[in-house]
Amino acid sequence: MENDISAHVRDKVDAVYRSESRRVLATLIRLLGDFDLAEEALHDAFAAAVEQWAERGIPENPRTWLISTGRFKAIDRLRKNARFESADGRALDRLEAVQTPEIDEDGVEDDRLRLIFTCCHPALSADAQIALTLREVCGLTTEEVAHAFLTPPSTLAQRIVRAKGKIRDAGIPYEIPSRSDLPERLDSVLHVIYLVFNEGYLTSRGTSLTRADLSGEAIRLGRLLVELMPEPEAMGLLALMTLHEARRTSRTTASGEMVLLEDQDRSLWDRAQIEEGVALVEQALGSHRFGPYTLQAAIAAIHAEAQSPGATDWAQIVGLYDVLLMTDPSPVIELNRAAAVAMRDGPEAGLALIDAILARGDLTGYHLAHAARGDLCRRLGRVPEAIRAYERALEIATQEPERRFINGRLEVLRGASLR
Amino acid sequence: MKYLCLIYDDEKEWQKFPKEVQDQYMGEYGAFTESIKKSGQFVAANQLQPTHTSTIVRSRNGKISTTDGPYVETKEQLGGFYLIEAKDLNDAIKVASRIPSAKSGSIEVRPVVERPA
Repeated sequence: MENDISAHVRDKVDAVYRSESRRVLATLIRLLGDFDLAEEALHDAFAAAVEQWAERGIPENPRTWLISTGRFKAIDRLRKNARFESADGRALDRLEAVQTPEIDEDGVEDDRLRLIFTCCHPALSADAQIALTLREVCGLTTEEVAHAFLTPPSTLAQRIVRAKGKIRDAGIPYEIPSRSDLPERLDSVLHVIYLVFNEGYLTSRGTSLTRADLSGEAIRLGRLLVELMPEPEAMGLLALMTLHEARRTSRTTASGEMVLLEDQDRSLWDRAQIEEGVALVEQALGSHRFGPYTLQAAIAAIHAEAQSPGATDWAQIVGLYDVLLMTDPSPVIELNRAAAVAMRDGPEAGLALIDAILARGDLTGYHLAHAARGDLCRRLGRVPEAIRAYERALEIATQEPERRFINGRLEVLRGASLR
Repeated sequence: MKYLCLIYDDEKEWQKFPKEVQDQYMGEYGAFTESIKKSGQFVAANQLQPTHTSTIVRSRNGKISTTDGPYVETKEQLGGFYLIEAKDLNDAIKVASRIPSAKSGSIEVRPVVERPA
């Protein structure tokens, strides 16, 4: 009987840990003004919950209970340290600085935003922002983050220690940025989420399983951000991620070979994710305050909604690339636009644009530019030129599935040129 | 907290500016300094002589060696500093972004180690 109760309590504590630990941590960081102290307090609070909830029953509001217990445990810890390190005085100073908690629903949600913006502060390196966000906001362990990024755990742990040190010593505040700073600071958060997603989506390294987990984590993070701060570009990024994710299973064959968009089995695309993505794009576009993520999502939405490659609205895609180039000019976007123009106006028109980009010296070291050129030459029946372009692409490409794909194309072309 | 804002700019460019442009720059600096004195964020500030006036000094085993500076050749050189009082890094970044050279060069913002008196 007693075992039943303690097993029940442990299950409950586990469930509360999964749903509440990130919120409790975010609030404890604000109350205690220190990441490490807050993490220790979080663990102390959950350890106390296992003991005390079995004895006295589960509190009405577990979150509030955990926050105030964590705060008391931290104060205890600081008192103890102060006794041993009285010369230092730092612990005591901190103890005095510990604020009396104000715990309300809005406050807790604001703390989650504070945590996100602090972890993604542009004064931290991109690597540190990613590691800290996955660790503190998503609750991944150091080992999990290290595994996902194929980094030794000790390197990752060092990165996190250094980032926390910078937050403390450089005085990075725990706050939601002011209106005037928001665009730049939000960009930084969106960029971190996008990098995490791409790390999982572009299966460049490692096993496919861990990578998919990272994409899922990025989508969860994007969803949380939209919930806390429904800014158009946050919606745009979430839309972009869900629309890409919807196509995941059709992007590779069972044996891990790459499948181009035009050859993908569209019945494999996840309709629910596409619907969610499309709805988000429409909402973001409707705000008239959208940016590059929303525009890229809009392009992905057109692809996702087309019944077949031929039925794709290429004119609209070219138009969206035009807007994208105005707000966020880049040769890679120009290349994508050229591919869309080739679909709208024929391969010749696209080829002229790609040749112009390459002639400027932009993208000459980018394998996809040569692969795209090879594809258009192939469609035009210019076999020797297509072979040269694919050979150039192969010299630069590093990812195995892409290399196999290019080699496959080359084999077919060489066969054709012999005939 | 106190932050040291180190001002890096291309001093060769600066020397090439006509006098009116230099005067205008100095005017902007004067107005900026005045504004942070008013807001109570000013602690200290100085412009430095160009890097060709720099000297590197080392003492090893009691032996002093003196060489011509600068330490390393860089595109931008340290040309001056502001020591400011700011609430936190975001506050310091706001102040640093208004230093006139932020538009042409770059500002390094470093927190000062504060020890209990």
